[in-house]
Amino acid sequence: MLTALLVMTGLALFLGLVLGFSAIKFKVEDNPLVQKIDAILPQTQCGQCGFPGCKPYATAIAAGEAEINQCPPGGEEGIRKLAELLGVEAKPLNAEHGAPKPKSVAVIDENLCIGCTLCIQACPVDAILGAAKHMHTIIAQECTGCELCIPPCPVDCIRMEPIQEDIANWKWKYPVYSLKRT
Amino acid sequence: MRQLHKFHGGVHPPQHKQESTARPIAAAPLPTRLVVPLHQHIGNRAKPLVQVGDTVLKGQMIGQADGYVSCAVHAPTSGVVTAIEMASVPHPSGLPDLCITIEPDGAERWIARVPLDYQTMNPSELRNRLRDLGIAGLGGAVFPSHAKLNPGKQPKVPTLILNGAECEPWITCDDRLMREHAAEIVAGAKIMRHMLGSDQVLIGIEDNKPEAIAAMRAACADTGFEVIAVPTIYPGGGAKQLTKVLLGKEPPAGGRSTDIGVQVFNVATGYSLARAVLHGEPLISRIVTVTGNVERPQNFEALLGTPAKELVALAGAPRSDTQGYIMGGPMMGFTLPSAQAPVVKATNCLIASSPALFPPAPPALPCIRCTQCAQACPVGLQPQDLYWFARGREFGKAQEYDLFDCIECGCCDYVCPSHIPLVHYYRFAKSEIWAREREKNQADVARERHEFREHRLEREKKERADKLAAKTQGPKTPASGDTDAKQAAIQAAIERAKLKRAGVVPQNVENLPAERLKEIEEIEARRTQLKQAMEKQDETRPD
Repeated sequence: MLTALLVMTGLALFLGLVLGFSAIKFKVEDNPLVQKIDAILPQTQCGQCGFPGCKPYATAIAAGEAEINQCPPGGEEGIRKLAELLGVEAKPLNAEHGAPKPKSVAVIDENLCIGCTLCIQACPVDAILGAAKHMHTIIAQECTGCELCIPPCPVDCIRMEPIQEDIANWKWKYPVYSLKRT
Repeated sequence: MRQLHKFHGGVHPPQHKQESTARPIAAAPLPTRLVVPLHQHIGNRAKPLVQVGDTVLKGQMIGQADGYVSCAVHAPTSGVVTAIEMASVPHPSGLPDLCITIEPDGAERWIARVPLDYQTMNPSELRNRLRDLGIAGLGGAVFPSHAKLNPGKQPKVPTLILNGAECEPWITCDDRLMREHAAEIVAGAKIMRHMLGSDQVLIGIEDNKPEAIAAMRAACADTGFEVIAVPTIYPGGGAKQLTKVLLGKEPPAGGRSTDIGVQVFNVATGYSLARAVLHGEPLISRIVTVTGNVERPQNFEALLGTPAKELVALAGAPRSDTQGYIMGGPMMGFTLPSAQAPVVKATNCLIASSPALFPPAPPALPCIRCTQCAQACPVGLQPQDLYWFARGREFGKAQEYDLFDCIECGCCDYVCPSHIPLVHYYRFAKSEIWAREREKNQADVARERHEFREHRLEREKKERADKLAAKTQGPKTPASGDTDAKQAAIQAAIERAKLKRAGVVPQNVENLPAERLKEIEEIEARRTQLKQAMEKQDETRPD
């Protein structure tokens, strides 16, 4: 009787320690579902979904507080992937949040820029280089095309330019050919 | 006698090689202008080194390699740079790319050509020199050769294969090169063997080129290199197919030849390597087969940048039924977007096409799952499955079925009884997958940058709050009237500055030799003198 009690208590203590140790050692910082959703989102950080960035939107989706069709840059394919991940029906993009556009980058008209730094503060990925009263410029490679720099500009010197097709980003088109009528 | 092996599938299209092998290689005359694209190789585009109006010498570097997988571009002749702009290049997209246009002056003035002493040179230095000499694979893929001439982590690459199979119909540039320049090719192979530390060197040539085989055998006498006649079957000149035929082994799916200790180079690459190392000549010309719907099909040694139209005109006046020019062979080549597109490092063949020679593909029929494509596929893939996945945009599935092992040889297209453009589907699927990969990488960078920005904003906020807290809790200045407080603050600042000035002492003087210490002492003495003088001046200055 006593042995059994001791054995059980000992076991309980030991397992408790193992569990406690692994809870600390193998702690998962974030909700893994949030990370999976975040991996699908395009990371434009544009806020068109109504959340301040892709991660907060992913968190809201994971918590069931947001729909999966609020991300225009992700487009239909993003919605399809989210639906697949979450095991829900795909639905068309909610037009309230905007329409998908061709991928663009912001361009600053350097003759007009007055160096106010407002766009630098607005850029979610620090893709604008410049200092107060000095001309600013966009690091095109890092620009996600979120358009967040456009409204703050007091002199309207920022415009969006769609990325042109060149040899580096050219893709073979879907084959189109005539079928023989039978 | 070496035991040869077989690879799966393959086809026997009509060869059309006799047309252009009858005549020897002719040097193409200087064209009216040369349009040299800066991106002629796999990897990063070369960076232009010249400006419009510059005079350049023959062989002068005009584009610098950008990164490791890239190679330099050179002026093919001496002349004046007249433009650096987007111009038509040989690319299936038909899109323009950055080119340097040179107006030849006809003098053909060379740069100083310095041969490389490859046997004593540091291997890494030698590879850098080859990159600067613009050496890239001339078999068609134009991969920078210096990157392949690197045994990497292994001490050596045991087997070096020189590929003279030239399996595509119509093309004969390697055949003629082997017949006429066998010695230089063998010299190039020796350099490759030295760089890779190879034990055996095999030269594979299809048995439809007996003259080339004989010439190479003669040149290889007492070198230990083995010239092997391989059966003529398309695509027997694919690097992996030739390896399989010669050695009976193939690299693992998604792997490289070096994974099984083999490196494969085209014979023309060997030739240009020998010219570069032994004569200091950068890659500025190559042998191009001009054939098809022309009067006198022939091979020409053409300067890179020669407009296709001018080169084709050397084989006779253009015929009226010529509908375009195919670069490469009919199996893997593509129609040039413009007849002005220049000869580049990848241009092994220009075929003038006519409806009689290349009738348009008949209308396609639905796939009947006959699996003839699977029987013809030299890689042993299931082309019909890949076709369904690409058609349905199921790219993940296509990748699972080893889409990226497809060499786009066109055997499946050739045998398809329904005339479905299968390779086009695979190219479409591959480029979609690459685009997705690029987008994903960009998204990862954006996520990282956004997270760092959030972190930075948080940190700045905290720093500001700390500063504010320190200010409000810090010692208050005596509140005996506004001006008094100001005076006191100024006085405090002066005191602080004085203290600081006095506190300047020489640092890091522990391990100095005696004479240096003495010097420092003298300097310090002057400094104190100066300080005293200044203080005196301060005191005597009237307020």
